[in-house]
Amino acid sequence: MSTPAHEALDRHATPWLFASALATTAPHFIHQPPWLSAVAGATLLWAVWLWWKDQRLPSRWILIPLVGAGSAGILLEFHTLFGRDAGVAMLVMFMAMKLLELKSRRDAMVVVTLGYFLLLTHYFFSQSIPTGIWLLAAMWLVTATLIRLHGGPSSSPRDTLRYAGVLCLQAIPFMLVLFLLFPRISGPLWGLPTDAHAGKTGLSDSMSPGSIAELVQNPDIAFRVRFDGPLPPRQKLYWRGPVMEQFDGTTWQPYKGRYPAPQLESLSPPIDYETTLEAHNQRWLLALDSPRNLPAEITQNGTLTAVSQNPINERQRFRLSASLDYRFNTSEDVVVLQRNLALPAGSNPQARALAGQWRASQTPEGVIDKALALFAAEFTYTLQPPLLGRHSVDDFIFQSKRGFCEHYAAAFVVLMRAAGIPARVVGGYQGGEFNPLDQYLVVRQSDAHAWTEVWLAGKGWVRVDPTAAVSPDRIETGIASALGFGEPLPMLIQLRSEWVRTLRYRWEAINNAWNQSVLGYNPQRQAELLARLGLSDTDWRSLAVALGGTCGLLVAGLMAWALYKRPERDPTLRLWHKALRHLARRKVDCAPWETPLELARRVREQRPELAEPFQRVVDAYLVARYGNTDQHLTTLRDAIAQLR
Amino acid sequence: MMLKSTFSALAGRPRAFDGILDQAGQIILGKDHEIRLAIACLLANGHLLIEDLPGMGKTTLAHTLARLLGLQFSRIQFTSDLLPADITGVSVFERDKSDFRFLPGPVFAQLVLADEINRATPKTQSALLEAMEEGQVTAEGQTRPLPIPFFVIATQNPAHQIGTFPLPESQLDRFLMRIELGYPDRIAERALLAAGGQRRRVEELTPLLAPDDLPALQREASAIHAAAPLIDYVQALVEATRQNPAFQHGLSPRAGLALLAAARAWAWLAGRDMVLPDDVQSVLPAVARHRLRSAQGGGYALAEDIAGLIRSVAIP
Repeated sequence: MSTPAHEALDRHATPWLFASALATTAPHFIHQPPWLSAVAGATLLWAVWLWWKDQRLPSRWILIPLVGAGSAGILLEFHTLFGRDAGVAMLVMFMAMKLLELKSRRDAMVVVTLGYFLLLTHYFFSQSIPTGIWLLAAMWLVTATLIRLHGGPSSSPRDTLRYAGVLCLQAIPFMLVLFLLFPRISGPLWGLPTDAHAGKTGLSDSMSPGSIAELVQNPDIAFRVRFDGPLPPRQKLYWRGPVMEQFDGTTWQPYKGRYPAPQLESLSPPIDYETTLEAHNQRWLLALDSPRNLPAEITQNGTLTAVSQNPINERQRFRLSASLDYRFNTSEDVVVLQRNLALPAGSNPQARALAGQWRASQTPEGVIDKALALFAAEFTYTLQPPLLGRHSVDDFIFQSKRGFCEHYAAAFVVLMRAAGIPARVVGGYQGGEFNPLDQYLVVRQSDAHAWTEVWLAGKGWVRVDPTAAVSPDRIETGIASALGFGEPLPMLIQLRSEWVRTLRYRWEAINNAWNQSVLGYNPQRQAELLARLGLSDTDWRSLAVALGGTCGLLVAGLMAWALYKRPERDPTLRLWHKALRHLARRKVDCAPWETPLELARRVREQRPELAEPFQRVVDAYLVARYGNTDQHLTTLRDAIAQLR
Repeated sequence: MMLKSTFSALAGRPRAFDGILDQAGQIILGKDHEIRLAIACLLANGHLLIEDLPGMGKTTLAHTLARLLGLQFSRIQFTSDLLPADITGVSVFERDKSDFRFLPGPVFAQLVLADEINRATPKTQSALLEAMEEGQVTAEGQTRPLPIPFFVIATQNPAHQIGTFPLPESQLDRFLMRIELGYPDRIAERALLAAGGQRRRVEELTPLLAPDDLPALQREASAIHAAAPLIDYVQALVEATRQNPAFQHGLSPRAGLALLAAARAWAWLAGRDMVLPDDVQSVLPAVARHRLRSAQGGGYALAEDIAGLIRSVAIP
């Protein structure tokens, strides 16, 4: 138990350390640079080989340059040694290199400590259920390694793992208390490294041909929605993102300046819902069109888009409300209308000429119908459109006639503007997939969409979705059925098999439950919970009191349980232990393997004054415990009474 | 010694055995513990293997015990040309009766000393070992019971292994105990030299037990009370041998029974009517070492490993 730290490491403990190192670093292999994975893996294999062959570990003069080279590589890769990615890479490299230095128990303790620390770093990258399960198992293994380092070879691996498992299980009540009561802070407690939110994709704030088609190939979930009432019809599910008014010939971008406040008139009863947004590093909320009665921390900009104060860089939940039918800005500012008629000079002459002809003979509604009829007649909806030239809309309308939603939206807006009707592109998502198991509507990146708004006198801004004219299926059933076979859609959303779909629904329902209840446990939810427990005034002080109190109660409960478990049920043993405690107070300790008679002999040598009374205790105890009778307890009790 | 404690719960130790221990101790000097083990082995109705160098008193011990216990004694010197029939006996043709008559071999005795058992071929060894196990001899199609009690003391010389057939593990298991006598200490050796050998004095010993006493005493020893915690202890020790990396394999259930039987006999010799953990610890090396294989070298388990084993098991 009290083995000194510098003592040589037990050879049979080393595989535990290898396993711990592997378990705590392995998930990082997914996202760290491949060369680092290769170096770490090779180092581990080298260490295992040295151990297997019982060879000497490399000397310090090899290890120091190795660590230097590794650090230099990380510096070259990340241009820093700090921050999330570089910091984790350093830890992984340290862990791997330490395996070449496992000489003493102290080295082993370093590996264990590093292992516990590495466990935490995985949560920077993923907080999913599989990650949680993996890390719990890894924590169990690291704890078992720690026990193995202290316990020596006497216990079998199974016993060691069982002991570690018991320890981990005993930690669960504390984990729950800390989870529920530790003060929640919106946003991370420590300033997260600046690169912590890198790599989270979503709808971008500009649109050019191909940008949405690329996003559609991503099966990740964009947000989940639960409606208070029934699910609205699918063709009304337009999730509004950025509105793009400025066109430079290829790219559409939102107008960054000021807008007058929107005038919104709801024509249908409000639909209340709760949305859980995945991080997408943008400020817009993707609310159901049209958003109304937004919560205080959300503002609505001049183009009706709901906007948060800070970028959504972690999963967040909002309660929102929408009117499916509405009238928006029937009296629009002239400046805004002018902006929505502008076209780059000299671009797309053919399209402008065509729109000019329509304008001469038609009302605005007639122009819209003409354009939609044009798309419906000859155009194909595909994720793989041909490349377009400088006059992209001309090329699209008169030559390729194949495109994705952004092509139709862009072409439609150009046609409208050329025909003198103010028009703009709206980005967002359309539709979603309803999971019947947990009643959530799941909207994926593959549901990304672009549609248009035109301004008509007396009606205000009216939504027109030219994609619906080309491919009604896209709006009515979803993208998977709208596209032909062989389009590069992710496997996941190509709903071919019934049981795969059911399985996916189930997995998503579990994931969603996890997100809602565990990851979504934010300050409000904590406040709600505490209010239900009768703690309505929840500043950090009352939380600290609740936390400390509950932990104290838990410890007291566990101790009471241990104390209850401890005393022997057997009265003979209880009396004997009393006698042993008596001896211990006089500095005579009994080893567990020592027989009472041997103990009596030792007492005679070390404490002659106790020899005779203790011999009587031993005699009475032996008869009571090992004899063929149980009437000697009073003798034992009397003998113990005479010990003092 | 713990045996001389003021432990008073059971004082009525059979007097005959005091005398036997005492007198045997005067012949084999300085080996009280080994003599006690040998007698406990006999009381537990088990066979004894004595392993030591020549001239350490193996034969003398066997002879002494036979005399003191009033047992009919026979000695078989094992050699490489010894045949099974030389042990069990042969049938000879009697001309006047025109029939075969069985001449019992030396195995038909109450105490058989099998000297240097590892010198004989495995076939001959197994003839004796079968007799030990079955308590009977089958020769020429006829089964003949051996006398009761039947007790074999086999000796083995561990040092000279050339031309010998070491007993395999399965045969070693037939011996309840295996003991080593070892060199006498200085005082004992001085006394031995002064007295000029003990063999002569063995002949002068008078039996202290009647021939029929021993089976009754064996029954008495086997009835000694072993309480549940004591059986727990035996079980824990046996289980510990199976997990201890110092041994190649653990003790068999039969070895556990042997350990308990030996501990009962040891307790009976100490004059108690119950088995104590001390009894188990005292007989454990003699019962367990030849049944275990050391993980280092593969010989018998080392005495230190048995001590370590005892220290690894808490007494319930």
